[in-house]
Amino acid sequence: MSKIKAENVNVYYGSKQALFDVSIDIAEKEVTALIGPSGCGKSTFLRCLNRMNDVIEICRVEGSIKMDNLELNSRKLDVVRLRESVGMVFQKPNPFPKTIYENVAYGPTIHGIAQSKEEMDQIVETSLKKAALWNEVKDRLDEIGTGLSGGQQQRLCIARAISVSPEVILMDEPCSALDPIATAQIEELIDDLKKEVTIVIVTHSMSQAARVSQKTGFFHLGKLIEFGPTDKIFKNPDNQQTQDYITGRFG
Amino acid sequence: MNNFKQNLLKKRYNAERRFQWYGKIAIGLALSFLAVFMFQIFSKGYSAFQKTWIVTEVHYDKELLLIDAESPSKDDLENADYYDVAYKAMTSLDPGLPEEEDRQLIQMVSYKYETEVKDLLLKNPDYLGKIVPIKLTASDDVDQVHKGNYPRDIPEKNRRVNDYQLQIYDMLNERGDILSEFNISFFTSPDSREAELAGIASSFMGTVFSILVCLAFSFPVAVLAAIYLEEFAPKNKFTDFIEVNINNLAAVPSIVFGLLGLGVLLAVFNLPRSTPLVGGITLSLMTLPTIIIAARASLKAVPPSIREAALAMGASNMQTTMHHTVPLSMPGTLSGTIIGLAQALGETAPLILIGMVAFVNTIPGTPVDPAASLPVQIYIWSESAERGFVEKVSACIMVLLAFLILMNLAAQIVRHKFEKKWS
Repeated sequence: MSKIKAENVNVYYGSKQALFDVSIDIAEKEVTALIGPSGCGKSTFLRCLNRMNDVIEICRVEGSIKMDNLELNSRKLDVVRLRESVGMVFQKPNPFPKTIYENVAYGPTIHGIAQSKEEMDQIVETSLKKAALWNEVKDRLDEIGTGLSGGQQQRLCIARAISVSPEVILMDEPCSALDPIATAQIEELIDDLKKEVTIVIVTHSMSQAARVSQKTGFFHLGKLIEFGPTDKIFKNPDNQQTQDYITGRFG
Repeated sequence: MNNFKQNLLKKRYNAERRFQWYGKIAIGLALSFLAVFMFQIFSKGYSAFQKTWIVTEVHYDKELLLIDAESPSKDDLENADYYDVAYKAMTSLDPGLPEEEDRQLIQMVSYKYETEVKDLLLKNPDYLGKIVPIKLTASDDVDQVHKGNYPRDIPEKNRRVNDYQLQIYDMLNERGDILSEFNISFFTSPDSREAELAGIASSFMGTVFSILVCLAFSFPVAVLAAIYLEEFAPKNKFTDFIEVNINNLAAVPSIVFGLLGLGVLLAVFNLPRSTPLVGGITLSLMTLPTIIIAARASLKAVPPSIREAALAMGASNMQTTMHHTVPLSMPGTLSGTIIGLAQALGETAPLILIGMVAFVNTIPGTPVDPAASLPVQIYIWSESAERGFVEKVSACIMVLLAFLILMNLAAQIVRHKFEKKWS
């Protein structure tokens, strides 16, 4: 079943076009990986899905992106509501310089999700458990989040993202700043999360895409070259460029 | 070839060594200037923290005080006539002096000696009818003689202290009746035409009120302007124009702001002249660009990843700014504010223009009472002819510098203690 349906998405930075006619169907409760060489537009596309491109003044998005029949690329859309249901994890762990508890509680607080202190405690605990961080931090929830290790910080960011029970989580190269052990933990986590959440992950690591995703899209020079089941993309791609990229001939 | 390379290497090392020496010489030069400056001020000013008293005896004679009542009330003491008692206390120092020469003795203490005689009795009503020792403030000339600042070898007619007075001084000094104590009244008294009575209380309070008014006006305006410009305003030609103008404003000479205060605050809005209220507002015009620039710089220094994190959580622009960006930028903004206020603290020219240069011999209790300020006080005293004011100028500079150092220290502490470290 399709969760997000993008049709003919074009993105411009000023006069420079960054995405060309991208159409893609992202299935519900699956992991979709977007791969491609640097500057190919995969992050730009990802940021269309929670309208983070709004922050960039010169950026202009054309085309239709529908999530459950709700048009995302519309002026009328309330981005605050959108971002409540589409969470995001960034390349570099960016916890707030506040306590671990406050980091996780921030989303539920501003969206008015918890009615009481007990409810909030519960949300914080569940989120941290889902992010596989609870056991490491349960005794020091009032310590500053930026004091954790890189991998822990990234899991804290994931806990923060899932605290508002989003339907979709966007991950922009979430492991590129982490060591292999922390990466493995995050990948396991992604595998767990996909039971409840639709995940779109941008990654530079093809092996990571192969490990965690069910569908893979290959971007090159702003175009979606090929999109399909991960197995097929990696074993038997239709397109020569995809073949060249995944076998390491360029990129 | 090898030799050539070695020479080149040697040249590079020598160049670096030379460069380091230039730097050391520059720093040494700056430090020695500072040392000379500090030495000048301290050597001239430290004596102002000592006050000279002349000790004599006073007889609280009921008859001379014109008190009739058997057991006089507080009011009776208040309304008594102290002229004769005080006069006798001074002239008793040299009973042989002919009456027409008595001024020579009276001039050795401050003109307020009669009040001092009165105050002692009011504080100790049981002294009535008794002979008690009393400390009287020495005149600034005697004070300067005692501190060794007054040359005795110039001809008598050029001296403000004549030979007779010197003789009395020497006699008293030998008896131990000249006292030198810490000069509390320098800090508790307002300005005065008499150097021995002049203090910095009015100008100090004037400075404090001015700075508070300045803070109250400039901080909210500057912070709001900085937040809007940095976080909300679209980047276009108009906001660029505003930015350029703010930077220009920071470079405008302070006297121009003084004229603005004179022309607008006094002439148009009719605010009370010579008051810290007007002074503070005028100074806040000057401080405004400094705080805006500091606040914008520290807002800019907040990593964009924090804004992205908040926005991606569904925070609105306003929430992102108020929950994350502004709190994180506060240490920088506050230290910039303190630096701006420290600049305002030392300003003289704009305050002179709005009339804070007036002679004020009362201590202001509110920002709308007339007052001077510390730098203006320095200016006023440096214009005075009396020798006694020379040390006061230096002492006032010391107080101002101490104030400045404290504020800069506060700025440093705020910056280092509260600044968040990014991972």
